[in-house]
Parts: sequence; structure tokens; C-alpha cells
Amino acid sequence: MVEARATVDSAEPKRAVLSCRDLTVGYGKRLVLDRVSLDFEAAKWHAVVGPNGCGKSTLLRALAGLDRSRSGGISLCGRPLSAWPRRARARRLAWLAQHAGVTDLTGAEVVRLGRLAHGGWLAARQIDDDAATRRAMIATGSWDWAERRLSSLSGGERQRIYLARALAVEAPVLLLDEPTTHLDPPHQEDVVRLIREQAHGCEVCVVSAIHDLSLALAADRVIVMGRHQLIGHGTVREALAGGWLSAAFETPIDVVNYKGTHLWRPALDP
Amino acid sequence: MSTLRAAVLPNRVTRPGAASGMALWLICCLLLTLLLTAGSLVIGTTSIETSWHWLLVPDEQSAVVLWQIRLPRTLGAWCVGALLGLCGATAQGLFRNPLAEPYLLGTASGAAFGVALSLIALDSSIGELAWAARLGMTGAACMGAVAATALTIALSRGVLQTTSLLLAGIVVASVLAAATSLILLTKPEIFRAMQTFLLGSTGFLGWSSVALVAAVLAICLVPALVWSRGLDALTLGEDTARSLGLSLPMLRLALLGMMSLGTATTVGQVGVVMFVGLMAPHVVRQTLSVNHRQLLIAASLCGGALLQAADLICRWIIRPAELPVGAVTACVGGAYLVLLLWRRNRDA
Repeated sequence: MVEARATVDSAEPKRAVLSCRDLTVGYGKRLVLDRVSLDFEAAKWHAVVGPNGCGKSTLLRALAGLDRSRSGGISLCGRPLSAWPRRARARRLAWLAQHAGVTDLTGAEVVRLGRLAHGGWLAARQIDDDAATRRAMIATGSWDWAERRLSSLSGGERQRIYLARALAVEAPVLLLDEPTTHLDPPHQEDVVRLIREQAHGCEVCVVSAIHDLSLALAADRVIVMGRHQLIGHGTVREALAGGWLSAAFETPIDVVNYKGTHLWRPALDP
Repeated sequence: MSTLRAAVLPNRVTRPGAASGMALWLICCLLLTLLLTAGSLVIGTTSIETSWHWLLVPDEQSAVVLWQIRLPRTLGAWCVGALLGLCGATAQGLFRNPLAEPYLLGTASGAAFGVALSLIALDSSIGELAWAARLGMTGAACMGAVAATALTIALSRGVLQTTSLLLAGIVVASVLAAATSLILLTKPEIFRAMQTFLLGSTGFLGWSSVALVAAVLAICLVPALVWSRGLDALTLGEDTARSLGLSLPMLRLALLGMMSLGTATTVGQVGVVMFVGLMAPHVVRQTLSVNHRQLLIAASLCGGALLQAADLICRWIIRPAELPVGAVTACVGGAYLVLLLWRRNRDA
């Protein structure tokens, strides 16, 4: 299955909607990303994995244009990221924060903020915005809390509202920083299903930092980051064959293949 | 389950409960304002019976007292309170701090400093000033407020960091308050006039003041309502707001400018009136769950009613003399703030 898709991929021309070349980002004296070059394609789910503090969030923030890079360039849809007008960029690139603020706004109001860059002065726009809000909330299963205050929801319920907020932008590029945090296993599963649907069904380029290795290995592409440099960028098969994960975490990582699904097995005595 | 429910729900995403709650709240506020306005007309240095008589059988003298003194005073108090409530709600949204107030940015201290300087220049007491001089004083207050706010922003090196902005504001406010006190010490002749200002007084509000404050209120409402969704986005965090295409420097500049103008106008007209800007948004939030557009409107109406009520209290308590309105709001607002902190600690 993986094999078949890989051959199809190599046949069609690369459609990199988002790419970075020699991206270098640092805070103060500390260099977090050092000359990273990556391509992100449409209709693919890219999972960024690596140990804590390796710069997963920094990469996503830089790609979202939130942190200024020291050198190197990022291009979105063939145009330098910095050359995009603010609102036009916000319509093409949605970013989900790892930690977002808790407010007294209702769920629907929070999700509707995703439509901020889409204008909204005209009545026709309003209908579009309402429809997008509703679609995003139904997709994340958070429609039931549309009228509840965010501050009255649990962590997992809030996370799904935030995710719906990012989906409501309906951008061709979706950057998700740890979208499965605070979620119980069935809902983590839902989120992964949703991400896949966005990538494969809606042709969205999804880039997500994911802590859970088993979930990350369900992605189309993995970007494996070590403490100081990029270890590799490719299919899951390539990552496993190359031993990228063990190199990144600087400890043996055991991945088993269970009926076609790659699972991380903790090295614990039974 | 969720899909099923969604299918029966209408396409429009609103909250029916909140809309009617807001409407009820607004109606209550307006009714209260009408009641307070009527009350302000009949309560004054004369007895209530006389006031009733004046209302029913108008004559030359009563017309002046009712329509040239009492009515502009209470309407002016409403406008000033509304402006303070609007500025307070904006500050709390902008700094994402429920205890923020324009007074924290040094804006009000700057305005008071400007008034002190202009009093030296005019070398006169407030009661004797013609309206042109009063307008000049408002101008001085405005310049003081804008200069103080600019100084605060310069000290915090831009408006990007909320914490450093608030800290710089406290420094500027303290230094300017000290400078104002020094001026008062060296120029005892303006001491009484300045005292009236520092305590806040609605006693000098005439129709020209009402027109000025109402115009500024209308001007300030425009940027506040235009950026209200930006303030909503800001509650999710600065990064999320930026990722949504919001220009934070523009938002901060527009709203800080609006707050400086609003605060300076109120200080120029009635002096330093503490806590109304802090209290009004809190009273709204205690009773309603609102987004910023609703909060800004409701806090304005609430602030107006609050200051009208305070004005009425300060005229009623020690009839026929009156208390400075700033003292009343400081006492009531201070007690409210303590209650708020106490409740927070209990909940935490």
C-alpha cells in the first residue's frame, strides 16, 4: 500500500505549496533551527517528530510567519511568505497554537474568529462564514458546545474548539502544533482521521507536530528532527529503514508493524 | 449525535439566550438612566417639593436651574461615565488584564499634570473660568495625556509587551503624580482649584461640556467597535491573533490613541474619577457572557448609569452641600475592587 503510493508520488510533479530553504531561527544566542530546507506538498499529511526542545514548535511558528528567521526563506504558494499581504496570508495559512487562551467567548464565536481574515462586512460573506463555522464544528464534533462558554469546557473539549477554529479558515495550508494534546485516545483517533480527511479529501497541506510516535507514523510524510539538526524528511518507510527515529531520540526506538500499522513499542519488560 | 443535531439546527450560528439577555440588560440600563436623570432633576439644594413645583409650574428662575444647571450636569455625568466605561473595557481587552484601566497607563496622571500646568498659565481658579479657558484646559489635559501615553510606550519600547507596558505606565503615573504634587506645593494659589480636579467634580458640567464629551464618545466608539473582533481574537493569545491576519501594532496604536483621547476628555471636564472604568466592565461581565462588541456597548451604558448614580449620591448625602464625585466613586469602586479580589482568591 505504502509502496504503491510512493510510486504514484514519484510519477507526478511535486506540488510544494509551502517550502523553506536554509531556514535558520534562534532565540538570543541559542540556535534552534540551523539551515533547514523542507518542502511540503498539497494533499499530504506531514508529521514533525523529535525529542522535546528540538524545535518542532519553532519550525511551525517560523512557517506560520510568527517568528522572524535569521536567514533563509520561506515560500507559500510560490511567493515569499513575507511578500504576502497580512490578510491574504492568513486566508492561506492556518496555525493552531499548542497553548491558546481561555476566554468567555462561546465555542461558535471562537471558531468564527477563524474567518477574521475573510472580511465579513457584507451579508453574503456572513452566510459563508456561518457555513464554514458550522462545517468546522461538525467536523470536530464540537457543534454541541457552540453556545457554551469556552471557560466552562474541559481541556479536551476546548482543544476541539481550537482545532475547529483552525479548520474554519479553510486554508490550503494547515499548521497544527500538537493537535492531540488534552484528548483521550478515541478523540486522538478522531483528530487523526480528520487530518487525513483534510489532506486526502480536501487537498490541504497539513503539517503537524505530534508527540505520539504511533500517531505520527500514520502520516504520509515524516520530518524527523534531532536535537540540533534535521535528521530526515520522507515517507514512513524511509524513516524506519534509515533508523531516523533512533538517531533523533539518541536511543533505540522500536517500531513494530501490526497488520500494516506502525506502532511504537516501549522497551519495557513485560 | 452531533451531526443529527446539526441537521435540525438552523444554519445561522448565534446564541439565542445571550441575545435576549443582552437586550434585557440594555433596556434595564436605559430605564435606570432615565430614572436617574429624572431623579437628578428633582434633587438639589432646594427641597424636593420645590423641585416638583418647578417642574409643574415653570418660571424664569426654575427654568435656569432645571435646564441650564441640573440637566446638563446629569447628562454630562452620563457621557463622562460612558466614556470611562468604554475606555476601561477597551483597556481590559487590549491588555488582557481584567484589572487594567486607562489610569494605569499614566494617561490620567498626564492629563492631571496638563491641567496643573494650564492652571499656572491661566493663574485662576476653576469656578471663575470662562468656557474658552475650560476648553483650553481640556486641550492641555489632552496634550498631557497623549504625552504621558507616548512616554509610557517609549519606556516600554513599543507596545508589544503587555507586562512592560503596564510597568512603564505605573512608573510614568507615579512620577507625574509626584510632579503634580510638587507644582501644588510651590503654587499654593492654585491648590484649591487643583484639589477640585484631583477629587473629581461634576459640578461644572454645562451644555458645552456635554456636547464635547458626547462628540468624543461618538468618535471613540468607532475604533472600539471596528476592532472589537480583534479584541476577541486577542483573548486566544497574541500569536493566534497574528496568525489570523490581525495587525497588532495597528490595533494597539488605534486603541491606545482612542483611550488617551477619551481619558483626557473626561479628566479635562470632571477631573480624576477613579474606578468607573474598572467597575463598569466588571458589572457587565458578572451578569452577562458577552463578546467584546457587546461588552463595549454594555460597559458604556453601565458606566454612564454608574457615574450618574454617583453624582446623585454625592448631591444627596450631605444636602444642601455636596461631596466631590471622585471621592464617592473611589470609595464605592475601592470597595468593589476589594470584593472582586476577595472573590477571586476564594474561587482560586
